[in-house]
Amino acid sequence: MTENGMNLTLKVWRQKSDKDKGQIETYQVKDISEHMSFLEMMDTMNEQLITAGKEPVAFDHDCREGICGSCSLFINGEAHGPDRGVTTCQLHMRKFKDGDTIYIEPWRSKAFPVIKDLVVDRTGFDRIMNAGGFISVNTSGNTQDANSIPIPKDDADHAFDAATCIGCGACVATCKNASAMLFVSAKVSQLALLPQGKIEAKDRVLNMVGQMDAEGFGSCTNTGACEVECPKGISLDNIARMNREFMSASITSDK
Amino acid sequence: MALSGFFLLVFLLQHCTINFLSVINPESFNNVSHFMGTNPLVQFALQPILAFGVIFHLGMGIRLEFQNRLSRPIKYEMEKAAENATWMSRNMIITGVMILLFFGLHFYDFWFPELNTKFIIGDMSGLNAGGEFRYYEELKHKFIDPTRVGLYVVSFLFLSLHLMHGFHSAFQSVGFRHNKYTPIIKKLGMLYAIAIPAGFVFIALFHFINH
Repeated sequence: MTENGMNLTLKVWRQKSDKDKGQIETYQVKDISEHMSFLEMMDTMNEQLITAGKEPVAFDHDCREGICGSCSLFINGEAHGPDRGVTTCQLHMRKFKDGDTIYIEPWRSKAFPVIKDLVVDRTGFDRIMNAGGFISVNTSGNTQDANSIPIPKDDADHAFDAATCIGCGACVATCKNASAMLFVSAKVSQLALLPQGKIEAKDRVLNMVGQMDAEGFGSCTNTGACEVECPKGISLDNIARMNREFMSASITSDK
Repeated sequence: MALSGFFLLVFLLQHCTINFLSVINPESFNNVSHFMGTNPLVQFALQPILAFGVIFHLGMGIRLEFQNRLSRPIKYEMEKAAENATWMSRNMIITGVMILLFFGLHFYDFWFPELNTKFIIGDMSGLNAGGEFRYYEELKHKFIDPTRVGLYVVSFLFLSLHLMHGFHSAFQSVGFRHNKYTPIIKKLGMLYAIAIPAGFVFIALFHFINH
């Protein structure tokens, strides 16, 4: 360790395009401060690569404050790295020590194909949302004020907890089956628990689960890894709720 | 998976209870074994349902495993799966296949000879040459060989690991999850996963030691 910070060996997935096979490449980075976020360390690595005349590593990032869900790195064998309840931008280099070797890989899922380096295509989540992750509200100007509808506090809290899902895809990345059940169940729950969402509840759960399967995500086997790695602490309660909703809708729906 | 799993949980409890009679009262074990082996409802209704339940659970498990493997065609170079999930939950296919292999031994020991005696030879009496019920003697005879007893013990260890995840996972799959009851289900599942296989092991060791 130098007086300016840590020296690290990075094993980074490089892939030119979605057609490329890709491989792990090894880079040495110097002077990494323990106060840096992981993404700042990645910025430093890229500066060093650019200075050396090499192509920088492509990775997703946006808000850098843990709410956008863009940063999607599988770090040393865990989604968003070794810390809990954080996204990659909230992971700090103090979680590592001088001389460490760090593996940095993209989310791995058939439904999340790699676009370039560490960037994956997560539009499968968008298509699932398009299949039913909404309520149909007539916005003609006379819509009832939502605050005038009484909602039990517990339901409101559970709906809000589910709505904190940022759609980062860590659940898929960490699940041994690459299942998207935690994401989809959170999006089903945030609406199913509220009066406005109950109207389309049956179609919603059937359509969203149908789209989830069509995207190629795996099936849930209740390992619970998703809940552990989720940066927002989305609970497995949501998966159980979605299972109930799905079974009920499958039996009673006209479709 | 969950529904067939629930059915098999009930079957295991019933199987272990009947087997335990061989430890506490051989005569009752003989009577119950004869009833189970000759009652038409058990033989021609419950047994086919059980066979269907086992095959369905097995088939769905293997299908699920292959489908899920296809969902991640490129594996991670570095993966720390143990950091966020138990070994049992991640390896149900391994413990399941070990139980399947045990079925081979179990059927060779008990089910095929029973089918042979009853439906090929045509002897439905359940009696041995001495005119007494043969079930208890046959059971005891099987547990003389230490290799067989060892294989049984190892097999039930895998069954235990399978149940440690399978019991509470089945409840989650059917959507039964509740702040009050889920912790109880998890404890009950752990108790079941230890007690039932331990019961089978105890029965095997009891007859091995007392032969």
